[in-house]
Amino acid sequence: MARVLLNLPRSAAKGSVIEIRCLIMHPMESGFRPGVNGSILARDIITRFSCDYDGEEIFHAELSPAIAANPFISFTTVATASGTLRFTWEGDDGFRQTETRALTVT
Amino acid sequence: MTDRRTLLAGALLALSLRPAAATPEDEAAAVRAFTGGAPLRAGRVELDIPPLVENGNTVPLKVTVQSPMTAADHVTAIAVFNEKNPQPQVITARFGPRAGRAELATHMRLATSQTILAVAAMSDGSFWSASAEVVVTLAACIES
Repeated sequence: MARVLLNLPRSAAKGSVIEIRCLIMHPMESGFRPGVNGSILARDIITRFSCDYDGEEIFHAELSPAIAANPFISFTTVATASGTLRFTWEGDDGFRQTETRALTVT
Repeated sequence: MTDRRTLLAGALLALSLRPAAATPEDEAAAVRAFTGGAPLRAGRVELDIPPLVENGNTVPLKVTVQSPMTAADHVTAIAVFNEKNPQPQVITARFGPRAGRAELATHMRLATSQTILAVAAMSDGSFWSASAEVVVTLAACIES
């Protein structure tokens, strides 16, 4: 399991726009870099990141090797109702990680 | 036995094996794949990236699009392209009216000094863009 840093408020006023910042520890090996023996290291990147809010996908992004190691993504959403946000990272070699956070809307 | 000629040939081979950088044509093809051939209009998109970068391995990047983000008029996608990394794509993000604001921030790699292009797709089918030139002193992607 890769370490994940998620930065979002625990509670928000109904209708307000909240900023969500996500970072996952991942080398994002680009597949263009030679290793110590001179041969090209195989690509190992996160290809897709998505965020579900109460089961509905509100944001997703397709990443490429041009994204830096430990990919950081920041986006916003409208706090509509109390619920859970589910963050999913998918990548090469069957990489898949999911994190959830609860959001209280007042 | 290795003489100078085989060494030279080996060196030339090693040089030609380096990954080819994407060309402006590759970038144009990637942009066409995203827009479906629709014309790009300048404006409404703000691309925030430092003009001078010391380390190309991690370059902060922020794209902001002017849009009311209502169900009738919102940004459906933001894509970022480069011209001289090995591949032209950087990131493609899909939005809906629930995003509230059309904002996307990430960290990217830059193989060399180049121009970065951000394109926003609107719900009415129009495409808007902004570009920024970046000077890189230490490159990413190709060096180990």
